[in-house]
Amino acid sequence: MKKRDEEAVNKGRRGFCKFVLLGTCSLIIPGAAFGVTQKKPAAGAWYGTTYKPTEHLYGMGIQVDRCIGCGRCVDACKKENNVPDEPFYFRTWVERYVIAEDGEVTVDSPNGGRDGFKGPISEKRVLKSFFVPKICNQCEKPPCVQVCPVGATYKTQDGVILVDPEWCVGCRYCIQACPYGMRFLHPKTRTAEKCTFCYHRIVKGLNPACVEVCPTQARVFGELGKIASPLSRFRRVNKISVLKPHLNTEPKVFYADLDMEVR
Amino acid sequence: MDNVSANLYPLLKQVVGYIFPNEIELHWNLLIVVYPYITGLVAGAFILASLVKVFKVREVQPTYRLSLLTALAFLIVAPLPLVVHLGHPERGFEMFLTPSTSSAMAMFGFVYAWYLMFVLLLEIWFDYRHDLVVRASTEKGLKRLLYRVLSLFSHDISMKAVLFDKKAVNIITIIGIPSAFLLHGYVGFIFGSVKANPWWSSVLMPIVFLFSAIVSGIALMLLIYMIVSLVRKMEPDMACLDKLASFLFYMMIVDFALEGLDFVHRVYQSEESIQILSQLISQRLFVSLVVLQLLLGMLVPLFTIGATKVFRPPDELRRLIYFISALLVQLGIFTTRWNVVMGGQLFSKSFRGLTAYKITLGGLEGLLVSLGFLILPFLILFILIRVLPPWGEFEEEASQ
Repeated sequence: MKKRDEEAVNKGRRGFCKFVLLGTCSLIIPGAAFGVTQKKPAAGAWYGTTYKPTEHLYGMGIQVDRCIGCGRCVDACKKENNVPDEPFYFRTWVERYVIAEDGEVTVDSPNGGRDGFKGPISEKRVLKSFFVPKICNQCEKPPCVQVCPVGATYKTQDGVILVDPEWCVGCRYCIQACPYGMRFLHPKTRTAEKCTFCYHRIVKGLNPACVEVCPTQARVFGELGKIASPLSRFRRVNKISVLKPHLNTEPKVFYADLDMEVR
Repeated sequence: MDNVSANLYPLLKQVVGYIFPNEIELHWNLLIVVYPYITGLVAGAFILASLVKVFKVREVQPTYRLSLLTALAFLIVAPLPLVVHLGHPERGFEMFLTPSTSSAMAMFGFVYAWYLMFVLLLEIWFDYRHDLVVRASTEKGLKRLLYRVLSLFSHDISMKAVLFDKKAVNIITIIGIPSAFLLHGYVGFIFGSVKANPWWSSVLMPIVFLFSAIVSGIALMLLIYMIVSLVRKMEPDMACLDKLASFLFYMMIVDFALEGLDFVHRVYQSEESIQILSQLISQRLFVSLVVLQLLLGMLVPLFTIGATKVFRPPDELRRLIYFISALLVQLGIFTTRWNVVMGGQLFSKSFRGLTAYKITLGGLEGLLVSLGFLILPFLILFILIRVLPPWGEFEEEASQ
């Protein structure tokens, strides 16, 4: 009798272990499988019937010496993409660099440069000064995509990094991971936001809003893969650099005439 | 204007130098300081418990069950600050359903589930099973039902079954040690793997997290054991306290050495970020890093515990020194977490300026909620101790 009891208990214990194991597996495996096979719904919504993302690879060129710091690009971006008006949320902004004769560097970007730049920021004798537009680098190896725990931020086939606001949990790991400070948390939707190269425009063959309004054509948008594109020409005729190349993010925003002080 | 933005305007005045416009909002706040602090206590308490089972350190036996229950109480609370912090807490479960395999953070749920289900709960169950069965047969009414359910309706307390329990506990502890290392090393990896952030990006980060976790866990058990003894009006076992203090001392030396190595390495390599990081320490973290973490949280307790080893003061005084030292260590480890999490966000990734952080009192991300998360584990521990007393008539028998 006792022996049978013991067997029953042992069996119960084994059953319990199996129960715990199977229970956990049933939690993990379908989830993981679902996660791997899940197609991002936003991707399907963007692509119409005629637009073929595989035929494009987008990038941007920025001619630093052409930028006059008018801030129209910042304004256009905010209006086009409903970016909150407060001076803490930007998909693109313009920085002013003033380098004094003694080598001191002063940088500012009041309201992201949206209202232009007024007055001197350095009392010292100025060696040189220039404006630098900043925008998401749409990295080929994006750290933000790597760290997103739910795959809400992803790289499209045409090379743009997007965020699915329906999927984003608002953990903000992507904001921490972006070396360029390009992301922010939308104060109302509580999801991560960033420049999309005006994806809704480019799939229709239009330029991003910031490129469209730039009075000096400091920003060149276009195809990286096509040799005849304006962007390819821009890369051919200029000496090109990217921001923070040592981080190996492989930006697709290329700068011409970039000073070493810009990070 | 929304609340978040309204709170950011005053901060504009505190910015020093140039920061990227999006950097004014600090994204990982007090809740994210609390999270690694609590997980560290879990890992530390568990590793202390494993000293008894795996390394056969008999002196700390009185803290064995208490450590397991403490680890469980804190582990239950550990994910709460994370979930509350999310922009969309209701989507938090997506991390289980659609985890991105490339994300370090996505692994949290699995590491957590593994640790909770396969390590802590199993070990506690096997360790307490005998007691639960006995209790189920002696208690009456609802309590009887509770213990029957907790024992998962097992009723065999024959020698053979109890021996099996012991064997199971030993095996789980052996699996548990690397799991505890994984749990907290992993938290360190979340920070250490962010290459964009030179304050975080360090291969030493998981190891530093781990050892500081062990330090905080041992110090916590020292405190809890002394307080529990006081409440039970019992003399705490002095050999146990001495051993705990010894382990605390040695682990702090390792922790100190690792953090020192990290510091020297940074200064010696002197990469492009060194200037902004030194500004960060001198202008933003001086009190929390140099005064609280290093001096009060590390050097003073090292010195006082070291002094008790040399001079052997009487028991009463030694207990007092241990207690105060352990309190200081807690303060030190909490500020360590603060300095990692906040420090990494107080300087701009342009390396040209510093921003500021203002704690709010109310709100989900405020001080009160974080305090609540720090108190909650103790309430849970109180209940756990009530339901699963780590001492008493059953303890003797079980430990034989």
